[in-house]
Amino acid sequence: MNVLDLFGYSIDLLAVLLLALGLKGLSTVRSARSANGLAALAMGLAVLGLLLQVQPDPIAWLWIAIGSAAGGLLGLITARRVPMTAMPETVALFNGCGGMASLLVALAVALYDSADADLVSIISIVISVFVGAITFSGSIAAMGKLQGWLGTPGWTQSGIRHAVNIVLALMAVVAGFALPADPTGLPLWLLLVVSTLLGIGVTLPIGGADMPVVISLLNSYSGVAAAAAGFVVGSQLLIVAGAMVGAAGLILTQVMCTGMNRSLVSVLFGGALGGSAPVGGGGDEAGYSRIVSCSAEECAMALENAERVVFVPGYGLAVAQAQHALRELSKLLEANGSEVSYAIHPVAGRMPGHMNVLLAEADVPYEQLLEMDTVNPEFPRTDVVIVLGANDVVNPDAKNDSTSPLYGMPVLEVDQSRQVFVVKRSLGAGYAGIKNALFELPQTAMVFGDAKAVLQQLCTELRSQGVGKVAA
Amino acid sequence: MSNLSQALWVLLLGSLLGLELIGKVPPTLHTPLMSGANAISGITVLASITLVANAEGNPALLILGSVSLGFALFNVIGGFLVTDRMLAMFSRKPSSSKATSTKPSGVGQ
Repeated sequence: MNVLDLFGYSIDLLAVLLLALGLKGLSTVRSARSANGLAALAMGLAVLGLLLQVQPDPIAWLWIAIGSAAGGLLGLITARRVPMTAMPETVALFNGCGGMASLLVALAVALYDSADADLVSIISIVISVFVGAITFSGSIAAMGKLQGWLGTPGWTQSGIRHAVNIVLALMAVVAGFALPADPTGLPLWLLLVVSTLLGIGVTLPIGGADMPVVISLLNSYSGVAAAAAGFVVGSQLLIVAGAMVGAAGLILTQVMCTGMNRSLVSVLFGGALGGSAPVGGGGDEAGYSRIVSCSAEECAMALENAERVVFVPGYGLAVAQAQHALRELSKLLEANGSEVSYAIHPVAGRMPGHMNVLLAEADVPYEQLLEMDTVNPEFPRTDVVIVLGANDVVNPDAKNDSTSPLYGMPVLEVDQSRQVFVVKRSLGAGYAGIKNALFELPQTAMVFGDAKAVLQQLCTELRSQGVGKVAA
Repeated sequence: MSNLSQALWVLLLGSLLGLELIGKVPPTLHTPLMSGANAISGITVLASITLVANAEGNPALLILGSVSLGFALFNVIGGFLVTDRMLAMFSRKPSSSKATSTKPSGVGQ
C-alpha cells in the first residue's frame, strides 16, 4: 500500500514535470508538436497515477468508463471534423466544457458531500462555481458570437451593461458570503445563476477583433477553475496544473492586447470597438469618396511586372478558404521571377497565429512568412502589395490620425509601397467599424470579389499571359 | 493547517512557473499554444475521477462526476488533437516527405 502510494506520488511529480516541459516546448516552432504530445502524455500519466492512488471500486469504474467514452469520443469527432477556419470557436467550446467540468465537480461536492466540509473547502467551492460558471457561459457566448449566432445587442453598448454586471457581481459576492452558512441551499443556486449571467454579460458586449483576447482570458479562467477544483477535492497536481495554465493564459492575453495596442481594461469594459461610435462614422460605402476599383486583369498585369510582391492575408482569406489558391498564385509569380513574401500582422485573422496556421496548411514555406517588424521596412521597395481580406491591420490612420479609434495600434505600412491592390468583397468596414484611409490613397485600387475567386482569376490571367509555363 | 499552507505554496509556485514558461512566444504559435494550454486546463479530469472514486455508491455523485468527466475529457482529447492538427501543418515544411500533396514536385524556384 505504502509503496503503491509512493509510486503514485512519483507519477504525479513526473506528470507535473512533463506538463511544464510541454508548455515550454509549445512556445518554439521546432519543438511545438512533440511538446503537445508530451503534455498529452503527462495528462495520461496524471490520470494513471490518480487511478492507482484512489483505486475505484467496480461501480466507480463503470461510471468512469461511461464518462470517458462519451467525452473522449465526442472530443475525437469534433477535433477531426472541425475546419481550420473555425479554430477560435472550437477552442472556445472546449474551454467552456473545461469550465463546466470544474463547475460540476464543485456543485456535486457542495450538494452531496459537504456535511463535514471546513471553511477552506467551502471557499474553494464558491470560487470553483463562480469561475467555472463564468468560464462556461462566457466561452459559449464567445463561440456564439464568432459563429454569428449571437449579435451585439444595443443595450450592451450603453452604460446599462455596467450597471447590470455590477449588480450581478455584487449578488455573486453576497451569495458567496452566505454560502458557508447553508452550503446546499439558496445561496448556491443564486451564485450559480448569477455567475452564469455574469459570464454572458461580460462577453456579449465585446466584439470583433477583441474576441481572441476574451477567449484567451477565459482560457486563463478555466485554469483558475481547475485549480479551485483542485482545492475542492484536495489534489495538488490539479492545483499546480491549473495555476500554470491560469498564469500562462494571462500572459498570452497580455501579448494579444499589446499586439492590438489595447489595454485589457478597455477590451473588457470599453465595449465593441466603434460599435457605439457615432453612427455616421460607421463604415458605410457612402463614407468613401475616391475609390478606384479595377479588374483582376489589371491586377494580373501589375503582378506580372512586379519584382517584389507582398501578400497581406486577413480574415477574408480564411473565410474564403483561399489559402491554396494564394499558394498557387505565388508559385506562378515565383516561376515568373518575382520575390514573394507574406506579411503577417500579429492579430490578423481572428487569433494571433491564425494566418500562419492557414498558410502552413497550404504548404507556404515558413521563411516567406514575415512578421510585422521585419516586413515594415521592406514596403518602400515593394512593387505590389495585395491585401486579401484584411482591413484594420493595414489602416494608415492608426499612424496618422490621432482621432482614429485605431490610433497607436501597430499596423502593416502597406501605404509605403508602390502599388496596393485590396481584394475585398465590399467596402464594408472591418472589426473596428471605421473607414480605411488606405482605400482612398492614389496608389490603391480595389478588386472587389471573394478572395478565392479573385485569386483563381489572377492565376488564370497570368497563365494566359504565358507565365509559369516556360521559364524563358 | 499545514495542508492548506502547502496547497497555497503549490498554487503560488505553479503560477510563477506558468508566468515564466510562457515568456516569449512567436505570434505564429499563439493559437496552437492557446489551444494546447486549453487542453491542459482539462486536467480537471482528475477532480472528476476523484469525485467518482470517492462517491461510495452515492448515485448523484457518480452521475455528476461521470458527466463532468465527460466534459473535461472532451476538453482534453479535443484540445490535444486540434493542437496537433495545427502543429502538424508547421512541421511539414522542412521535408515534405509525406505524399499528401501532389504538387510539391512542381515548385518553381
